[in-house]
Amino acid sequence: MSRKYDVLVIGGGNAALCAAIAARRSGASVLVLEGAPKFYRGGNTRHTRNMRCAHDAATDILTGPYTEEEFWEDLLRVTGGQTDEVLARHMIRESKDILNWIVEQGVRWQPSLGGTLSLGRTNSFFLGGGRAMLNALYLTAERLGVDVEYDAEVTDLVIEDGMFLAARLKRAISGETEIRATSLVAAAGGFEANIEWLKQYWGDAADNFLIRGTPYNRGSILKMLLDKGVQEVGDPTQCHAVAIDARAPKFDGGIITRHDSVVFGIVVNKHARRFYDEGEDIWPKRYAIWGRLVAAQPDQIAYIIFDSTVVTSFMPTLFPPIAGQTVAELAGKLELDPAALEKTITEFNAAVRPGTFDHTILDDCVTEGITPPKTHWARKIDAPPYLAYPVRPGITFTYLGTRVNKEARMQMADGKPAANMFAAGEIMAGNVLGKGYAAGMGMTIGSVFGRIAGREAARHAKN
Amino acid sequence: MHGTKILDEADRLMTVCNSCRYCEGLCAVFPAMEMRRAFSDGDLNYLANLCHACGACYVDCQFSPPHEFNVNVPQTLAIARAESYAAYAWPGALSGAFARNGLVISIAAALSVASFILGFVALNDRNVLFGVHTGPGAFYKLMPHNTMAALFSAAFLYAVLALVMSVRAFWRDIGPPIGGRADGGSIFQAIRDAGELRYLHGGGIGCYDEDDKPTDRRKFYHHLTFYGFLLCFAATSVATLYHYLLAREAPYPWWDLPVVLGTLGGIGLIIGPVGLFMAKMRRDPALLDEFSYGMDVGFIAMLFLTGLTGMALLVLRETAAMGPLLALHLGVVFALFITMPYGKFVHGIYRFAALVRYEQERRTAA
Repeated sequence: MSRKYDVLVIGGGNAALCAAIAARRSGASVLVLEGAPKFYRGGNTRHTRNMRCAHDAATDILTGPYTEEEFWEDLLRVTGGQTDEVLARHMIRESKDILNWIVEQGVRWQPSLGGTLSLGRTNSFFLGGGRAMLNALYLTAERLGVDVEYDAEVTDLVIEDGMFLAARLKRAISGETEIRATSLVAAAGGFEANIEWLKQYWGDAADNFLIRGTPYNRGSILKMLLDKGVQEVGDPTQCHAVAIDARAPKFDGGIITRHDSVVFGIVVNKHARRFYDEGEDIWPKRYAIWGRLVAAQPDQIAYIIFDSTVVTSFMPTLFPPIAGQTVAELAGKLELDPAALEKTITEFNAAVRPGTFDHTILDDCVTEGITPPKTHWARKIDAPPYLAYPVRPGITFTYLGTRVNKEARMQMADGKPAANMFAAGEIMAGNVLGKGYAAGMGMTIGSVFGRIAGREAARHAKN
Repeated sequence: MHGTKILDEADRLMTVCNSCRYCEGLCAVFPAMEMRRAFSDGDLNYLANLCHACGACYVDCQFSPPHEFNVNVPQTLAIARAESYAAYAWPGALSGAFARNGLVISIAAALSVASFILGFVALNDRNVLFGVHTGPGAFYKLMPHNTMAALFSAAFLYAVLALVMSVRAFWRDIGPPIGGRADGGSIFQAIRDAGELRYLHGGGIGCYDEDDKPTDRRKFYHHLTFYGFLLCFAATSVATLYHYLLAREAPYPWWDLPVVLGTLGGIGLIIGPVGLFMAKMRRDPALLDEFSYGMDVGFIAMLFLTGLTGMALLVLRETAAMGPLLALHLGVVFALFITMPYGKFVHGIYRFAALVRYEQERRTAA
């Protein structure tokens, strides 16, 4: 039996570290259990790059104010109202202070990155990216005296009547052990890397999903908590999915496998047929629908097809486009039926109406007489070489979580607040983010509720 | 495909990095990369020499090893940088000097020191060589000033010529800047950036050496070394002016400008290289190019010996050890000069050229 800590934090990302630091700064002894090896520590935080915080005036790195009200309206819009208004407004209010607090924990900001000007007013970017942010938080935590253990797989939680008693841990060398603590902060993320769990809702299609983060986001802590009587929140069947390059690794391809070229061409399925309006809306807004759309296609694969005229219109890509001098040659390389792809492109080209192309606005380049239409940015695909990116659904995060109150305290299924259990980050994101996403919101949820959870967990432990 | 395996690897990494861009605030390399979508040999050599090897992008990268994308920018650019020194060396026939640079520098230093000692012995009477000489002109009893000046001027001018020809080849290979031309503003900014080691800073918190805790250690010791070197150079220049313009002959009293400059510089050249060497020994091997170890240490050792022999000469110049120490010091300095174009010294020249080019590009893009 090891020593008893005031606060046990399970998880190792932004939310977990903010909780650990806040608890330690409140005077508690803190242990962080990160299930991943040191290099892969931090879950999805590894791949993040910015945070959305409300602010009343421009800062060194933010180009203008972003009021609480505007933040709230954005949240309302992306979630379609599936949010807890009290919690969400509380988070938004707290986010203003996080902008400074997180800097005091060693995190450094920089202006929005090249190619992300649309976020320059609302989102603060981490200098060096998400892993740099994590490195800073870990250094601060260690300097404050927080204990951190890696490869620490929690196998069970001992919970009685909404009261956390201990966590069982499997250590590589010393084997099974039990760790007791006065308070628990669960900040261990969602279950997006747990293919078996995803299959419960998606069936065998989930075998063709690519996971954008590490293989360690298995949701085991979430499952234990729900099994032991914590109230769930969020749609268990839903996950955030974008279209990413089909050549990406199964796990942890991160942000660089994304494609933002959909609006510049057409997207076909394995039968070489189009299936959705590629020009529906401005790209960042519609970015997130394509993962779901591709997931619904046979074999969960699709191909973005474009021609040589648009190659420099989007960010350089990790994987080069597949090229063919003719449509038939390209189809051969993609293992599509050449006649079918030629037919699709011929019909599409014939349907394109003249217009003035401008990818920064909803322009007047449209198709007529085909289904589905392309309602903006429609231009003929006729300048060889013809190019393609194969894409598959890339799963970013899941929405199922534990219900919490404003203190980040978990709520039990019977409606009572848990005695000493708190949650922060993706594991409770579903409270404020019932569906949809807006850039940087995951990190806001992590830092705000992480800090609250750490503070409250310490307060409980010290009382 | 590029000319070498390391440039192929650098190209692969720049393609990964260009689709990520998280590191663009850390230094000049990534903003320069973002101005390009494809990378020629010259582009990659430019980026390699723009890199100051602070290590921040490695520690911050979510794709560094053991990730399968295996992104290690500092090490890859370090190897590319070392290979670029050989590629641009003038005359090309001497580029092989970079292949086993530690050995080449050692042999050059040994031969040079031996030649000075032999020359002093052959041309001086034993009593003069081991005699005690004081007052103006003491050094020149062992070697006439004009001979010394002619020999060192020739070595220095050769080094300058070879360096100019080398950096000219580099400048041509990295191509015209994306828009823009060399202007005073860019050069001035590059002088400031080089003088401050602006990019040896991990984006503001220091460099990464043995672990993930940033320090300013290497920057500090590099400053001691670089400014120590400049002070010694200034000491020699002032002394030369004294000699020809004021007809005042060395050695000078301890409070006189050449000695003050030389003493401060000498201290820097002793402490700085030791600090750099220790930092190199402690550094995470993942960040280093192990093949340029000989080159790096050879240059550090030459600077250290220059400082050490110079200081020894200052302290013992009024004793019988002056003659041998003068031979030793002159031998080391002569070897330093003639090997300048064929050793680690060139890093400063290429990096400065890269900083000028970056500044031009940045101004054009702004």
